[in-house]
Amino acid sequence: MNWDWEIVNDFMPSFWDGVLVTLQALVLGSLIAFGLGLVWAMAQRAPFAWVRWPVTALTEFVRNTPLLVQLFFLYYVVPEWGPSMSALTTGIIGLGLHYSTYTAEVYRAGIDGVPVGQWEAATALSLPRVRTWVAVILPQAIRRVVPALGNYVIAMLKDSPMIAVIGAMEMLGEAENFSNTTFTTEAYTIVGIAFLVIAYPASLLIRVLERRLALTS
Amino acid sequence: MMTEGMFDNYFLPGIWITIQVTLYSAVLAAVVAFTVGTLRTSRLWIVRFLAGTYFEIFRGMSSLVLMFWLVFSLPLLLEWRLVPMFAGVLALGLTYGAYGSEVVRGALAAVPEGQREAGVALSFTRWQRLRRIEIPQALPEMIPPFNNLLIELLKGTALVSVITVADMTYAGNLVRLGSNESAPIYTLLLVLYFALAFTLTRGMRVIERKANANVGRPQQRRGLLAKLSLRESANEGSGALTTGGAAK
Repeated sequence: MNWDWEIVNDFMPSFWDGVLVTLQALVLGSLIAFGLGLVWAMAQRAPFAWVRWPVTALTEFVRNTPLLVQLFFLYYVVPEWGPSMSALTTGIIGLGLHYSTYTAEVYRAGIDGVPVGQWEAATALSLPRVRTWVAVILPQAIRRVVPALGNYVIAMLKDSPMIAVIGAMEMLGEAENFSNTTFTTEAYTIVGIAFLVIAYPASLLIRVLERRLALTS
Repeated sequence: MMTEGMFDNYFLPGIWITIQVTLYSAVLAAVVAFTVGTLRTSRLWIVRFLAGTYFEIFRGMSSLVLMFWLVFSLPLLLEWRLVPMFAGVLALGLTYGAYGSEVVRGALAAVPEGQREAGVALSFTRWQRLRRIEIPQALPEMIPPFNNLLIELLKGTALVSVITVADMTYAGNLVRLGSNESAPIYTLLLVLYFALAFTLTRGMRVIERKANANVGRPQQRRGLLAKLSLRESANEGSGALTTGGAAK
């Protein structure tokens, strides 16, 4: 066994930097995923086939290909004809886009779960389309899918180290950098433990949330 | 010319490596899933507790961090070294096995109580009950979520490129460096992964039909519990390739 607490101590400052970047990527990525997922889900219920069809094809394609390759694509291919972005920005967009295809399914299930009577009532009251969505359907649909969305935030946390591969300095990136410059390996263990320490309470929280929302609805 | 050589020498073998990594880690994950999943239904609390701890640890772990740890930290802690491909397969198999154990546990719990009692009444041993009664009936419930996990696993195999296993993502990066052109190779990579995922889903559909026919269920009828535990994923019945649920 080779374990040196001195090295752990030395790693701590860059570790906390990494934690901040990870959390930043997670929060911004989640916001993109929640927003874009809703757009996909509503587009898939659009009255026009030329909207539904391409959106379904796009989300299926993004969901069934690896996030890592998508990150490479965003980082190396997109700047050839589009804007060049920093590694972290690319990573956040990649995470958000990838997980938006999952949250789209979550929203879809939530929207399908709203009783048909609610749609009919909105039609009977001749509510405009926008108000039907905003005031009737979405509040009921989103409420019941909050725990499922939370699960995908945890999944995104576990996929966030991938953005280190294109050079964003989140937890794993910091650990790799530190280990390569000091020829030590303790940093990887610390990061591994950090994931457990963040993910386990988060999953407990979601279980509580699940029970709460199930009781009141 | 040079890139053409790279394509033949690295990319085509890379496809084969990706398939191999998927296959090996799927087998390992299946073994782990069935072992841990059935242990979590054990009567002894200590067995349930240990299996549950395994599940919580590997569910909370990022497979990429686990791979790095197996390749860089473990050799120094234990003084033995893993071949990168073995480390990759191990990391993927252990994490996806943990997700799969939840599927197995849920499906076993959804088998009607009377079936188990009938097994007890016929004085089957615990093992005979599992093999002859519970698993065959739980299997059709497991296949759609297993399909989702298999697709997630296939996508996860791209990670092994980071620990220098020469899979197709690794080869794709080499080709990009060699040819200085990134658009064609990454587009091809994405299309290939999609094609593999599509093939796997088709294959799992066939297995699902077989498993259903095996217990005399010609039509798909899913238990209430399995449906709840899956929530948003494939069981809506409409989506051709709905995946997800790795978070669960």
